[in-house]
Parts: sequence; structure tokens; C-alpha cells
Amino acid sequence: MSAVAAVRNHRQFLGRTSFIEMGARERARSILDEGSFRELLGPFDRLKSPWLPLQGIVAQADDGVVLARGTLDGKPALVAAIESIYQGGSMGEVSGAKIAGALELALRDCEQGKPVLPVLLLETGGVRLQEANLGLAVIAEIHAAIVALRRHVPVIGVISGMVGCFGGMSLAAALCSRLILTRQARLGMNGPEVIEQEAGIAELDASDRALVWSLIGGEQRHAVGLVDDLLEDDAVAIAASVRAAFAQGLPRQERSAQVELYLERLAAIDPQQPLDGPALRAIWHGAAQS
Amino acid sequence: MEKIELDYPARHAVPRRVHVGVVGSGDLEVLLEPSPDQRAHVLVNTSVDGFGVVWKSVLDRFFERFGGAASIEINDFGATPGTVMLRLEQAAEAVRA
Repeated sequence: MSAVAAVRNHRQFLGRTSFIEMGARERARSILDEGSFRELLGPFDRLKSPWLPLQGIVAQADDGVVLARGTLDGKPALVAAIESIYQGGSMGEVSGAKIAGALELALRDCEQGKPVLPVLLLETGGVRLQEANLGLAVIAEIHAAIVALRRHVPVIGVISGMVGCFGGMSLAAALCSRLILTRQARLGMNGPEVIEQEAGIAELDASDRALVWSLIGGEQRHAVGLVDDLLEDDAVAIAASVRAAFAQGLPRQERSAQVELYLERLAAIDPQQPLDGPALRAIWHGAAQS
Repeated sequence: MEKIELDYPARHAVPRRVHVGVVGSGDLEVLLEPSPDQRAHVLVNTSVDGFGVVWKSVLDRFFERFGGAASIEINDFGATPGTVMLRLEQAAEAVRA
């Protein structure tokens, strides 16, 4: 890199606005057209978890989900942003129902010929263990709503980090028409700590960050074709990528509908052989995009 | 988990409601809105028991300066007194903005 380019990149780096450092509300605001953010069921509506205080845990007034209506390039849009700092972004009865309900209302609008562009900011460890089956039930409702909605409009998922997206909500991410990740993001069914706890440190050392990211990090997920756009932690770039994802229209075939392709891909893997990130890239050799 | 309720006299009304913070480890959220009467009311929900005296000291000091007739709800997840004061000042600044 030339000295001039290095200085320019340095300025670019300093000029960037971090998306990761924002809370859920600021993230939703930064995705939508300036001044169009309007929150639904905000903190003053006090739709809290009724279950956490019974277990001695202080509840947050919005249960960790920010719903915002607004516009993207002037078109009506819905952003559902999960606050990862509160209870690890976990999906409880209320927070999950907020997302499912908002998606269902967007579906109703779409069916009435008034398209709403849905964006999910997925920063979550998955179901909230304290709310168990109720959390799982609403995650299923979110899945159903995404599948119904994506017949009308692309559903765009963003995972920026640093929590990542795990458990039942990783399935929600996989159901999205298009996925946008940063390098800091992680996407997987079981989190590394869970794998280490269940299968032992020989299976996965969860404290080895380079190893964890080489398996489930944004760059790896993009390289094996599970993610459509890989970005730096840049709020402006992420907002632009969301707009570009909608501009492409509906995919020819949703990723989760490419059953034959993924069966072939799974058949190419020998579970007896040790498999690491680069090896998986070699087997799946790149993108399988719509 | 403990609930603490405190009341303070107020010198002026607050014009709007504001929300700051997050119920994350070592942090808290503050919901501040105009109170129904001419006084200030504070409700603290905290995950840490036994610090009622410290809460009162922090809030006493805050209301010496603030003086707004606000209903304030605090949902706390183990914030230190310094963090509590910073969040309260952040809410007060947002009300004035």
C-alpha cells in the first residue's frame, strides 16, 4: 500500500461511524431515511417481560426490541432491532411477539397492495431461557411471518456483531431473502460456549477467537455463500447495503428453498474427516447465490 | 431484586419525556416523563439488594440541581453510583435539549 493510500484509508477509518457501538434504537434510526424514524411500542408503553421479575431479574421497558416504521428511499419500511446488551438479545415472549406482530402487520399491508420493506437487525443468542417454550413459540411465529412476507417483498437481515445470531433466531436469519454481515458478526445454531460445554474442549475451544471466527464469522459465512454482503463496521455502508438489497427485488429462489443444492453440499462432507474453515471453503467453493 | 420509591419537591415542570440507557450489566435505563403533580417521583427497580442508602444519596444530589417535576423510573442492572449519576444527567440534558 502506498503512503498516500494508507493516509486516505486512515482518514476513511476515522471518518467511519460504528454500527456495532450503537444501541438498537440508534441502529434502527441510522438504517431508515433521516427524520422518518417512528417507534412502535416504545419504552413508555412499558410492554415488559412478565416472567423475568418473577425470577429476580430486572425487566427493560421495551423488552429489548425496538420496532420502527419509517422509509427507505421514500418507500415505507419496518425495522425490528434487537438490543443485544439486554439479556444477550434473547427472545422472550414479549420481545419475540413484538417482532412477529410487526412482521404480520407488514404482511397485511403487503397483501392490501401497500408494500412495506422489512429489515431485521438480528443480534441475539436465541431464545430467552427464562421464558423457555413461550420464547420458542414466538420464534416459530417469526419464522412463519418471514416466510409469508418474503413472497411479497425481500426480507433483509443484518448481523453486525458483537453478539452475533444464534439458536432459533439463526434460522430466522437463514430464512431472510438476503443477509448482510460485518466481519465481527457470527452466525450459527449453537454458540461456541454451548458446543464446548456439551462436546468438550477437544471439539471446540470457545476461548480461541480466531478459530471461532474462522468457523462461524462473517467472512467465512460469506465465503461459503451463506451471506450476500460482507461489510466493515460502517453505519453508512450498512444502510446503503440494505437499500441495494431491496433494489435487487425478490431473489429468483430463496436460499432456504435451495434444498437440492444444500443436500449436495452436505453429501460432499465426510463427518469422519476433521473439517476447518478453509477446508469447508474448498469443498463448497464459493457462492451459491440466487 | 429491590424496589425503592422516593419523592422530591420540584421547582419547574418538565416539557417532554425521554428515555436513556439500557438494562445491561453495570448499566441502567432511565424513563423520565412529566409527573401528574408538582412533585418529582422516583421508582427504582434494582437487581442488587441492600443499597437503599446509596440510591438516596445519589438521587438527593441529583435533585439538588435538577428540580424538574418528573416521574422517573429506573431499571438498574448493577450500575455503580457514578454510572447512575451519568445516566440521570444524560436524561436531564435530553429533557433540556
